[in-house]
Amino acid sequence: MSPKTLYDKIWDAHVTHEADDGTTLLYIDRHLVHEVTSPQAFEGLRMANRKVHAPDKTIAVPDHNVPTTEGRDIFIENEESRIQVEALDTNAREFGLHYYPVSDIRQGIVHIVGPEQGWTLPGMTVVCGDSHTATHGAFGALAHGIGTSEVEHVLATQTLIQKKSKNMKVEITGKLAPGVTAKDITLAVIGKIGTAGGTGHVIEYCGEAIRSMSMEGRMTVCNMAIEGGARAGLIAPDETTYEYVKGRPHAPKGAQWEAALAWWKTLTSDEDAHWDKVVTIRGEDIAPVVTWGTSPEDVLPITAAIPAPEDFTGGKIDAVRRSLEYMDLKPGTPLSEIAIDTVFIGSCTNGRIEDLRAAAAILKGRKIKEGIRAMVVPGSGLVRAQAEEEGLAEIFTEAGFEWRLPGCSMCLAMNPDQLAPGERCAATSNRNFEGRQGRGGRTHLLSPAMAAAAAVTGHLTDVRDLI
Amino acid sequence: MEKFTTLTGIAAPMPMINIDTDMIIPKQFLKTIKRTGLGVNLFDEMRYDDDGNEIPDFVLNKPQYRNAEILIAGENFGCGSSREHAPWAIKDFGIRCVIAPSFADIFHNNCFKNGILPIALPQEQVDVLMNDAEKGENARITVDLEAQTITTSDGDSFPFEVDAFKKHCLLEGLDDIALTLEKQASIQSYESRNAVERPWV
Repeated sequence: MSPKTLYDKIWDAHVTHEADDGTTLLYIDRHLVHEVTSPQAFEGLRMANRKVHAPDKTIAVPDHNVPTTEGRDIFIENEESRIQVEALDTNAREFGLHYYPVSDIRQGIVHIVGPEQGWTLPGMTVVCGDSHTATHGAFGALAHGIGTSEVEHVLATQTLIQKKSKNMKVEITGKLAPGVTAKDITLAVIGKIGTAGGTGHVIEYCGEAIRSMSMEGRMTVCNMAIEGGARAGLIAPDETTYEYVKGRPHAPKGAQWEAALAWWKTLTSDEDAHWDKVVTIRGEDIAPVVTWGTSPEDVLPITAAIPAPEDFTGGKIDAVRRSLEYMDLKPGTPLSEIAIDTVFIGSCTNGRIEDLRAAAAILKGRKIKEGIRAMVVPGSGLVRAQAEEEGLAEIFTEAGFEWRLPGCSMCLAMNPDQLAPGERCAATSNRNFEGRQGRGGRTHLLSPAMAAAAAVTGHLTDVRDLI
Repeated sequence: MEKFTTLTGIAAPMPMINIDTDMIIPKQFLKTIKRTGLGVNLFDEMRYDDDGNEIPDFVLNKPQYRNAEILIAGENFGCGSSREHAPWAIKDFGIRCVIAPSFADIFHNNCFKNGILPIALPQEQVDVLMNDAEKGENARITVDLEAQTITTSDGDSFPFEVDAFKKHCLLEGLDDIALTLEKQASIQSYESRNAVERPWV
């Protein structure tokens, strides 16, 4: 048998039908659904008088639209948001899906809830009408975002029509320096390959730095595979994975656990497997990074300065000119001199317990700079409860942070948490596109520890100075 | 789905790289529960000022491009989120074909589900089309999906690649779900097999 990558193995285990031209009907093990990209899909089902094929494999949770303040379980003020959340409620109940409404402590960002509840398991195929579905790849699951037509297709058939992607290996060797986190790795990779570097590929992340990372960190790395152009990122499962999964509400138990484990242990890329593209980065070479522009590939170490348009080639020259104008930044300005007015810690990229711990470690015994608006939005109700139990919530509030209820919050500003025009935010989220956090808002992406450091000093800051 | 066979129309030039889905349709318009009506908000933040007035310099606000049916853009078009609202907005505006050196995967796929043809061409050919599009409404470009060719107003012609199955679905206006349901038996046999081999799923 010819050697296979992890992606090849998961793919092969999910082929239900393959046409001569390679067009494949791929079986989907888990379908996650949120309120923004699903209403039209359910409506389509109704109009065609179709049912949900596998409601037991379909998990619904509202996250994009929900306010992160008290009282949201009683009434959501914004009418359009309310209608979408209510539509999900109706659809989840009518079609009999697993459902976590805002009144449930398990509610949160769909990509945090799935793993937390044990829905996401190694070797699975996982899809959601959301590009950050790549997060679940941290478990060695083939996970990617789909559009609403495909959401409807999965609801109706539990399959997707797919063509196979290429294999790309991203290896992070060695150890990370103090102050360098999973977020710095994933941003550094995007900085190196560009936002289209992974287009048409599934990325498998490997190497010592990945192996020694927690599941939370691995989820952060895979989460942003899409910002590197790859629909999916993967990390082969290992003891860290099994340890995280074991005992979760929907993880297998008893004899089934043993059977699952035996299969999961085969889920690694064969040594002589073929890679269409290979990228290697030395872990020691990665510094804490921030983004300076309006594309996630606009990444530099915090010790660097704003580049000039002329430093680039091709279409990027105009793109950088436009970015710098939008960001109101001048070439040559040291990144650490950029003053910010808002700090956002949260999102499916960095809203897990480890992220809150890393930020709290910097904030302990410190106050945020006067005039800064800082909020921390735990990724789920359970993350929030755990953070409260560990005393993290207190550290945040004493430092001057707002302690919010779970949701997507300011990552995409579909809810009341938004930037006003001209505001500048140090954000742990995943996209710095124009208008992403609010029309005219300016975003600098960074790690939770770096965000906490910026909150303390009032400007982008090398977290290593505060450790 | 609406069929796509041939299209002759005005092409609008947008010589920018990395046009992302937040640019194509900003998040505030994702709150709809319908697929239609988004055309008016296509490229909203580039197209209107803070007071909602049209920005005259923006390409789709210029008289010669208001009825554009083809968009010519820079590399990595449609990067960012999976929102199908992006192709919905493009189609609702009246654009049925986007030509660029490269596309983001999810957006590319979403186009085909909505009767929109995304065409990736080498940069030099996109440059030729971009120049042609700059001529405004006099420059009409013809896209022939069956023949897989693009022809400019000057008679330059370029072949393009398209996945055979996706081409077939576009030409015939086929509904994916109905096609898949014809293979119901293979799905059921997979499920029975899986219930034995991987019962924990």
